[in-house]
Amino acid sequence: MIEARNLTRRYGPTVAVNALSFDVRPGSVTGFLGPNGSGKSTTMRLILGLDRPDAGRARIGGRRYRDLRFPLREVGALLEARAFHPGRSARSHLTAMAAGNAIPRGRVDEVLDMVGLTSAAGRRAGKFSLGMGQRLGVAAALLGDPAVLLLDEPVNGLDPEGVRWIRELLKSLAAQGRTVFVSSHLISEMALTAERLVVIGRGRLLADTTVAEMSAGAASLEDAFFRLTSEAVEYREVPS
Amino acid sequence: MIARVARMEWIKLRSLRSTWWTLAVTVAGTVGIGVAVGRNSRDAAVDLTNNALAGVVPGVLLAGILGVLTMTGEYSSGTIRVTLAAVPRRSVLLAAKAAVFGVVALIVGEVASFVAFFAASANVGHGLAAPTLGQPGVLRAVVLTGAAFSLIGLLGLGLGAIVRHSAAAVGVLVAGVYVVVQVIGFLAHGVAAYMPILILANSLSTTRPVACTDCPQFLSAWAGLGMLSLYAAIALAIGGWLLARRDA
Ligand SMILES: Nc1ncnc2c1ncn2[C@@H]1O[C@H](COP(=O)(O)OP(=O)(O)OP(=O)(O)O)[C@@H](O)[C@H]1O
Ligand SMILES: [Mg+2]
Repeated sequence: MIEARNLTRRYGPTVAVNALSFDVRPGSVTGFLGPNGSGKSTTMRLILGLDRPDAGRARIGGRRYRDLRFPLREVGALLEARAFHPGRSARSHLTAMAAGNAIPRGRVDEVLDMVGLTSAAGRRAGKFSLGMGQRLGVAAALLGDPAVLLLDEPVNGLDPEGVRWIRELLKSLAAQGRTVFVSSHLISEMALTAERLVVIGRGRLLADTTVAEMSAGAASLEDAFFRLTSEAVEYREVPS
Repeated sequence: MIARVARMEWIKLRSLRSTWWTLAVTVAGTVGIGVAVGRNSRDAAVDLTNNALAGVVPGVLLAGILGVLTMTGEYSSGTIRVTLAAVPRRSVLLAAKAAVFGVVALIVGEVASFVAFFAASANVGHGLAAPTLGQPGVLRAVVLTGAAFSLIGLLGLGLGAIVRHSAAAVGVLVAGVYVVVQVIGFLAHGVAAYMPILILANSLSTTRPVACTDCPQFLSAWAGLGMLSLYAAIALAIGGWLLARRDA
């Protein structure tokens, strides 16, 4: 369970996240949608305590992220950009993270196998393709077998097989009763993966709903999305 | 908790090839310069131990740069977010990083210092008598010189946490340790004795107080060690304070 309450964050004059409140419940995949620059990545960083909110709070299972004793065993996160040292191997990267959270060594090989990186595990991660880097990020998120997963555009850079793999993986994780919160630009992909949706525009909540509810009355989920966000897209705004 | 974070940081440090390269070059450079300067010493009145340890002056720079990169590499690669997700207690993280890096740099520094001393002693030329560890002040000079690698390394780590950008932080380190002394050192004698590089060359790596007609009153070896520790502690404290407050 992830709770955001009145979450607000400014960067200079930009209000990246504006009084955002929503809950992400266990047992289903919750899609996190919004146009470019709407504040999805910022929201995820606020939940993880990486950036500080100016107001409001985020809780995971009722607690602040930074109060978790073994955070990786409760929350797995894949953030937007690459987040590993190019000179370090995938295995060393994961082994270090595991050591920091008292996760058994054997789990490293397990997650490497799950994401299909076993044969590349000893190579320097800087040589990885975009998709392999993304797989390493997924492995890192799964490392602590967490009940809560936060993934920022996980299918970015994955081939069609990888996209399908992520889709099935997220669904099966949710079916196991985990909380899965995943942002994406690919509405059609979310239509296949997610059950619930949180939609934001310019940092504000536009909808907290289900895929079925949102697509009802529109030709497609994509149409419904455009209708919902048409007023909240910063860069397409025309001064009147 | 700090023990398991230290384990994490140790795995991160040892799993980069650049760590081992930098440390190897640090030791080789320190020893090589010590032997060269030692061989060229002709005057029986000079402090041969100080000459044998001459390589520490450029040597500590590499330790300092490695300290900087140990921190800034987290930012340039984006690893900092993974690191902080694994260890949200930022002060604990920096303390563990400093402990691991400090111990590694201390061990490598002592190896560099002792090997340089013995290698230079074995190669003294011009019929001079080689210094031995039993002579007054010699063991102290060799041990404290080794410790300087760790202290300058930690100063670099702290600067890395403050500046966060590799090139800029290395620039600040080089300026602070090597350049500032050139500018103000010889203008203001009273301040010069507190410059890291002069502490290193004239307080830590000497067996007896350096006395010359036109030089400042240098700090004693132990006071010099205290000053370097203070510099490293201040940089780490500011770095830790900023790390805890800034966005990652
Ligand atoms: N560290 C930062 N400094 C300054 N501005 C920032 C920072 N992070 C985000 N912003 C701004 O906050 C707004 C929200 O950005 P964010 O990256 O959260 O959006 P997003 O929904 O993830 O976008 P995208 O779909 O393109 O990934 C943008 O206007 C962005 O420029
Ligand atoms: Mg984003």
